[in-house]
Amino acid sequence: MAILEVKNICKTFENTEVLKGINFSLEKGQVLSIIGSSGSGKTTLLRCLNFLETPDEGIIKVKGEILFDSKDPSTRLERQIRQKRLHFGLVFQSFNLFPQYTALENVTLAPKLMAKDKKTYEAEKENINSRARELLNQVGLSDRINNYPHQLSGGQQQRVAIARALILKPDILCFDEPTSALDPELTGEVLKVIKKLSDKKNTMIIVTHEMEFARDVSSHVIFMDGGVICEQGEPQELFNNPKEERTKQFLTRFNN
Amino acid sequence: MDLIFQQMPIVIGALNEGFIQTLKLFAVTLLGALPLGLVIAFGTLSKIKIISYFAQFIIWIIRGTPLMIQLLIVYYFPGLVLKTPIWGGGESGRFLAASIAFIINYACYFSEIYRGGIQSVPIGQQEAGLVLGMTKRQIFFHVTLLQMIKRIVPPISNEIITLVKDTALARIIALQEIIWAGQAFMKGSHGISGAIWPLFFTAVYYLIFNGIVTLLLTKLEKKMDYFR
Repeated sequence: MAILEVKNICKTFENTEVLKGINFSLEKGQVLSIIGSSGSGKTTLLRCLNFLETPDEGIIKVKGEILFDSKDPSTRLERQIRQKRLHFGLVFQSFNLFPQYTALENVTLAPKLMAKDKKTYEAEKENINSRARELLNQVGLSDRINNYPHQLSGGQQQRVAIARALILKPDILCFDEPTSALDPELTGEVLKVIKKLSDKKNTMIIVTHEMEFARDVSSHVIFMDGGVICEQGEPQELFNNPKEERTKQFLTRFNN
Repeated sequence: MDLIFQQMPIVIGALNEGFIQTLKLFAVTLLGALPLGLVIAFGTLSKIKIISYFAQFIIWIIRGTPLMIQLLIVYYFPGLVLKTPIWGGGESGRFLAASIAFIINYACYFSEIYRGGIQSVPIGQQEAGLVLGMTKRQIFFHVTLLQMIKRIVPPISNEIITLVKDTALARIIALQEIIWAGQAFMKGSHGISGAIWPLFFTAVYYLIFNGIVTLLLTKLEKKMDYFR
């Protein structure tokens, strides 16, 4: 069974139709890359999955459970949405680390707030701290855990953001152009971390302009254009042998 | 000059007494207006239109009219117009009326600074909190608040320093703060009359106190230098 099923997602802002019926599904352990030009609706799609936007129409199912159905108002309740969000993690283009907290505190803040009301908080706190250290170690920042965001490079900040998303163990980790704010060198270190996650069979959706990376890391690629999925398929197939005229056009520079 | 030295102990005693009233009004206003301003700021930011418009209306009235007039209205309106003199005639009644007028007035100025502070925290901070499953409340207290405070300390400092001097307006309802005490020596008080220097001398009190306030606020600003 698919871990994620997305059916007929539509979203309009004011008078602009940004998403015009998006359908796709994702298996556990798969990596889906979404490519396409700016304004094609990629980011809005990710934001819909993370409940930062509410789709006007459509259904979102995770592990068979309906998280959102535009026809069922009970799936829009604020309190439940907070729980549902936890199925997804989101890494932002602009990192959005909390500036007043160290790298370690950034990673531990959310799980600590969640554990705060439990009786076992004291015991769990240690657990959360050691898990956070482990994750920061995994993203190569074990010597930076006590640094504040402004003391870190963009690449380091983004890696902290990845650890911060991972600590909540989301079913599906989403990346919204995670390297678009980084220079090529820093891009490399972030992509290496994402590659490592894919090797460990994390289910991920990556919105990216890094074509080569998308080809190498994903199990499935979606090319979006003007709010619809223009073409999708295996990465080798889509990159080397695009069928649609628009896809060919978009990939021209990459394939030359 | 000899005369001034003779008068000095008496004048200082009276000015000290007045200055205590000034400090009390200053402290009570801060304690009341700092939190009330946050409530009004949330009012203006409310998604419920009526609440937002109401808060904006209050701010317009309060910022659009002189504090001196507000003091007079708060103090005299209940007694003269409503025929229910709630304040009583004594110094404590005048202090209560002055406190209320000052708190409302400063809360409105603070609220606009707060609103600016809240809105200047990037929306991405809130979104990062949301996708991490935090409640709106948790996001405000654990993510937004400190960043907002860091941004508003300089403009709030300005208001606080103005407040120290604004307390002098309360003499319009005969609150016996330091300028009232200084002025009294012109008409005659404690056996001294026709002396203007005590009034000039009150400036020293303000200057020293504002120096201390400035030092404290600078310290607070420095304290938040560890993040950007």
